[in-house]
Amino acid sequence: MSEALLEIRDLNMHFPIKGGVFQKTKKHVKAVNGVNLSVNKGETLGIVGESGCGKSTLARTIVGLQKPTSGDILFEGESILHYSHKEMHQLRRNIQMVYQDPYTSLNPRMKAGDIIGAPLKAYRMTNNLERRVKELMDLVGLKADDYHKLPHQFSGGQRQRIGIARAIALNPKLLILDEPVSALDVSVQAQVINLLEDLQKELNLTYVFIAHDLSVIKHTADKVGVMYLGKVMEISDSESFYNNARHPYTNALLSAIPLPDPEKERMRERIVLSGELPSPANPPTGCVFHTRCPFAQENCKTNTPLLEAKDANDGHLVSCFYPLNTEKKQLIPE
Amino acid sequence: MFKKKRNLISASLLLLFTVATITASWWLPVLPSEMDSAKRLIGPSADHWFGTDHFGRDILAQTVVAARVSLVVGLSVALISTVLGTITGLIAGYYKRADFVIMRIIDGMLAFPSLLLALALVAALGGSVTNIIIALSFSFWPVMTRIVRSAVLQINSIQYVEAAKTSGIGDLVILFRYVLPNVLSPIIVQGTFIFAKAILAEAALSFLGVGVEPSTPTWGNMLQEAQIYISIAPWFSIFPGIAIVITVLTLNILGDGLRDSFDPHAKGKVNRKKGRLKKQINVA
Amino acid sequence: MLEVKNLKTQIDTNEGIVQAVDGVSFTVRAGETLGIVGESGSGKSVLANSIMQLNPNPPTFYPEGEILFEGSNLLKLSEKQLRKIRGNEIGMIFQDPMSSLNPVFKVGAQLVEAILTHQKMSRKDAKALAIELLKDVGIPDAERRMDDYPHHFSGGMRQRVLIAIALAGNPKLLIADEPTTALDVTIQAQILELMKGIQKKYGTAIILISHDLGVISQMAEKVLVMYSGRIVEKGSVNDIFYRTSMPYTWSLLRSLPRLDGVEHERLISIEGQPPNLVSPPKGCNFHPRCPFATEKCLEIDPELMPRKEGHWVACILTEQEFEAEKQRLESADREEVL
Repeated sequence: MSEALLEIRDLNMHFPIKGGVFQKTKKHVKAVNGVNLSVNKGETLGIVGESGCGKSTLARTIVGLQKPTSGDILFEGESILHYSHKEMHQLRRNIQMVYQDPYTSLNPRMKAGDIIGAPLKAYRMTNNLERRVKELMDLVGLKADDYHKLPHQFSGGQRQRIGIARAIALNPKLLILDEPVSALDVSVQAQVINLLEDLQKELNLTYVFIAHDLSVIKHTADKVGVMYLGKVMEISDSESFYNNARHPYTNALLSAIPLPDPEKERMRERIVLSGELPSPANPPTGCVFHTRCPFAQENCKTNTPLLEAKDANDGHLVSCFYPLNTEKKQLIPE
Repeated sequence: MFKKKRNLISASLLLLFTVATITASWWLPVLPSEMDSAKRLIGPSADHWFGTDHFGRDILAQTVVAARVSLVVGLSVALISTVLGTITGLIAGYYKRADFVIMRIIDGMLAFPSLLLALALVAALGGSVTNIIIALSFSFWPVMTRIVRSAVLQINSIQYVEAAKTSGIGDLVILFRYVLPNVLSPIIVQGTFIFAKAILAEAALSFLGVGVEPSTPTWGNMLQEAQIYISIAPWFSIFPGIAIVITVLTLNILGDGLRDSFDPHAKGKVNRKKGRLKKQINVA
Repeated sequence: MLEVKNLKTQIDTNEGIVQAVDGVSFTVRAGETLGIVGESGSGKSVLANSIMQLNPNPPTFYPEGEILFEGSNLLKLSEKQLRKIRGNEIGMIFQDPMSSLNPVFKVGAQLVEAILTHQKMSRKDAKALAIELLKDVGIPDAERRMDDYPHHFSGGMRQRVLIAIALAGNPKLLIADEPTTALDVTIQAQILELMKGIQKKYGTAIILISHDLGVISQMAEKVLVMYSGRIVEKGSVNDIFYRTSMPYTWSLLRSLPRLDGVEHERLISIEGQPPNLVSPPKGCNFHPRCPFATEKCLEIDPELMPRKEGHWVACILTEQEFEAEKQRLESADREEVL
């Protein structure tokens, strides 16, 4: 087994909610609540969840935009949380991020070439800057004469390519992809997904791929984790995840995604969850999912399940007292 | 920026005023200081289009030359308070810790009406063009700071600033390459308004007698001298008054126009209207 | 019930006149669901708004075509007559549930207002009906929630409120423009179930606009595929998904990341970007991205022609030509994967 490039240990990220006249801290939003994850070199870890599950906060914490409340983040075996300003600056070269919205993630007043070259300038890698930028543009499938164009002159897909070129400019080891295709048109999503796959092979990149769409993750990830209210509910290698999802929430998610296939849609078994996502400021006691879980029992309300392997020693971890045994593969008909 | 007719017209008018007042000595038939005691307080005529004052000086000539002081004061105040306000606003908006200190000072300054503050300062410093510029800049820049700060806060939350941080780009570069260019439009618009306000304030100060030395022709000084003759020689107050109104109006129209053309919503008029329409219909 | 004939919608923009909807014809029968699929800029939302003339006028114009709703041409009606039809006969649901509700009024008040504009009844009856409607759209504790403001509701709940408002006039047709795009998948599933339930209960016809082929396959009986302002393929849901005959639809279906696909399977992407509507390409709008394109596609702008009963296609390829080329492309792809 290859070594872990990134390891997250019992990470907590709580945001205080202040209120009242004296701005006292009243409560905490537990955006990320005791998360353990690891990503091996060259692998893609997919993180799936609905809005408010804490996946974006997790991403921001990994790239160092936020200091976590507690827990540890290890990069190449070294804890990065106590890094000095200088060390953090050097670390940033290795961990880069691609954002969801290609419209707001590029400075509208900078030329494409300058946007891609900006990280290089920040690390004083200015030798042959223009040549390097053009190389990068070629790598992500942009034309050399796009160099002097402004972001608004590009379509969404091309803008996302600029964002990707910027992220790989410093030769990072790890890329955090925060919903990189969900803002794009359907007909260009495949282009960008394929580009990311190609770059991963070519540059030996490791990805943390965050998405709300389990079908996109299916095509990209080696390992998939599902988050709900700041917690990891289920995590496993991709094959076991899609073929043998154990957590009721995962099953509900899988069954909620409509398939572009009317016959299968008609045959399909569906678990429609009742109710709404509880507020992360006031999460349910016990298992956080019990308020919406169709299989919840009495003890789910009081006891918190651990994320653990249900079958001996395989890497398929589930946080549930009553994991499903879905032999019936009615959720995703073949 | 000048694609719109309104902007083009108001900008050219302003340029015309500036050129007219600078080149006044070449084209004016009489000097503004030339007295003719035989022709005191004469109404508008072919010789003196705007009439004459109580010393028999030509009011047209005086009004034109007085524009110099007004424009110099207005422009300098606009520039100085814009520079000061932009720097403090950028710092306050970008650095959370500085924000508290800067904004409390600014709030304190904003608590005084700006004209009153300027009045007190000029009274302490003594009336001269330089002192008026200092006083007015001091009372106008807090407004600019507030505007720049809120614009910066908005830009800060847009992802490209965060993206720049994760790319390891330094704070100064982020401030000047990512934040500043994107807050320029409200700065320019507010600068135009400060220009207009400063002209009004200078006139007010001169009128109150704490402005520029009475010997220098300014619109405020003219109005102050004219006030006792208002019933027998109304033209004496009307023409400098009109000059102030036109200049300030032109500047305000220019500022409004610039705001519209910078406003991204104005460009996508179709979308904005569509959105509004949708809402109305839905609720109906 | 609704018949749209050769509808053209033009928008006068700074960069010139855009043919946002270019000669579109279709019909909707009572109780059925018509799905309209397309990417952003395909004209699907403009089309939806054209039916109710919600596009601002100017800069939007309707130079040609007819929209017949139960026999009367909506394009010829006055604003006053239209207002009667909006909500009463045709209800609309939009993508963004937050901006469609007025944040300063209570949800109940907005709903009662909507009922009173469409139906003559006392305020008390309207209130009772409002509670009934909220229960209908699955809002728990409806009585109490009447007094809540929109920001107290989650995205999914707001969309339910909007559906309730749209239902206030008891409409025969519901136009839903990307009703679930802003929602999470589990909430989307709830809303889609709700819409199906409403259709069953009231027999409402639905025009469902979406970019998501999955949503369309789940909900629609008939489907229009739009590309740069035109219908490029039209037919029953099975025609579109199983007997695809237009290169765009085919490429799009093939390029989707699918949940029923194989893990880590490489996607077959469509090259290029969606066209610019201000200066559309010559000939067929899709030809620059089309793997089937021939020389002829540069010149001939294909019209939507019937291929089989109820299945219309806008492509110059004949059925045989399309099938042959499709086989060739598919085997080429298989070789590449191997």
